[in-house]
Amino acid sequence: MADKLHFDLVSPERRLFAGNVEQVVVPGEEGDFGVLPNHAPFMSVIRPGAITVIDGGSETRTFIHGGFAEVTPDGLTILAEEAIAVADIDTEKLAQDLSDAREDVTAAKDEEERDNAAALVAKYEAMQAVVAH
Amino acid sequence: MASLKDLKNRIESVKSTQKITKAMQMVAAAKLRRAQEAAEAARPYAQRMGAVMANLSTAMSGTPGASPLLVGTGKSDSYLLVVMTADRGLCGGFNTNIVKKARERINALKAEGKDVNIICVGKKGADQLKRTFASLIVDKMDLSAEKTISGATSARIGDKIRHMFENGEFDVCELVSAEFVSVISQKPRSKVLIPAIDAIDEGVERPDLGGAVYDAEPDEETILNVLLPRYADTVILSALLENVAGEMGAKMAAMDNATRNAGELIDKLNLVYNRTRQAQITTELTEIISGAEAL
Repeated sequence: MADKLHFDLVSPERRLFAGNVEQVVVPGEEGDFGVLPNHAPFMSVIRPGAITVIDGGSETRTFIHGGFAEVTPDGLTILAEEAIAVADIDTEKLAQDLSDAREDVTAAKDEEERDNAAALVAKYEAMQAVVAH
Repeated sequence: MASLKDLKNRIESVKSTQKITKAMQMVAAAKLRRAQEAAEAARPYAQRMGAVMANLSTAMSGTPGASPLLVGTGKSDSYLLVVMTADRGLCGGFNTNIVKKARERINALKAEGKDVNIICVGKKGADQLKRTFASLIVDKMDLSAEKTISGATSARIGDKIRHMFENGEFDVCELVSAEFVSVISQKPRSKVLIPAIDAIDEGVERPDLGGAVYDAEPDEETILNVLLPRYADTVILSALLENVAGEMGAKMAAMDNATRNAGELIDKLNLVYNRTRQAQITTELTEIISGAEAL
């Protein structure tokens, strides 16, 4: 099959990936979905998790936080606030960050601080789930 | 007439100043390149975001439940101006031009009888604006501590603005910053941030769906509510990045000028120095000769 999916992964600071791949699996807000070439126009909010890029029999996983996916006839675009390759995640540091964030939740003085810390905990937990997978 | 020693000191002092301005010019050139790259790298995100927002907003703006961030509060009685300048001076008219634009805007709005509040991002703008509009400045943000401008920086500014908006402190928010036209030209401009519907560029290219409509998950309204704050942050981020690039461009031009002026001054001083020295030698010679003749 000559058809390939054009896939862009961009964060506010830079373009992380641009190229043609066979398939991308995206963790949508209401469940994972795979995007193949010639997918119908579609948009979805992404929950924190890993996207899987499948190309030439190999799979690359990237952790995405705070993202949004848009499928147009031109291809798939993911706008991610944060993205890190799963292979690059430092598990020890992650465990440390997670326990720090949990401490912050209990130590928070006002609601805003607690919300911020809780958001961090959720993010780190999602990262851990991705690494463990 | 200054003595030879004075002239020599003067030349030395101008030379060391020239060295400093030259170094600053080179630093600015290096930083400019980095800032331009950063602005360049942020563009794809901003473009895609703009396209998505354009699509969604046209679909959503007519519906009654549309977020006030998108369609506004329905009033335009009070304005919030976010004035973005650099934290440092020595960059020609860069800061002054932005402040001038902000002043014009403030005076125009006041003439229309609107309430105006100001948030200053960057030290220099706050310094200049507090002379005339001290009572209007509600907040100052200093970015000199940040090594690089990142998404976190713009999110902080965006959060503050949204917080004020939710408290009903203003109806319309505008950004005043410099547009990076080229390395030697930066144009101050003001841009609407809230309501977002006025911020979306008309010329933004919309993907051709070939008549198909988007499937949205969970639904368009939810997506829009998630995206709106992010869109604002993106606009702020690109304004910040463009400002940094502009500042560096202006600084480079200003320092280049200063280096050239110092060079001219050194040439002039050298001429005076040589003339004075020659005059002194001639006088001394005349004295010796007339002394010898007298014998």
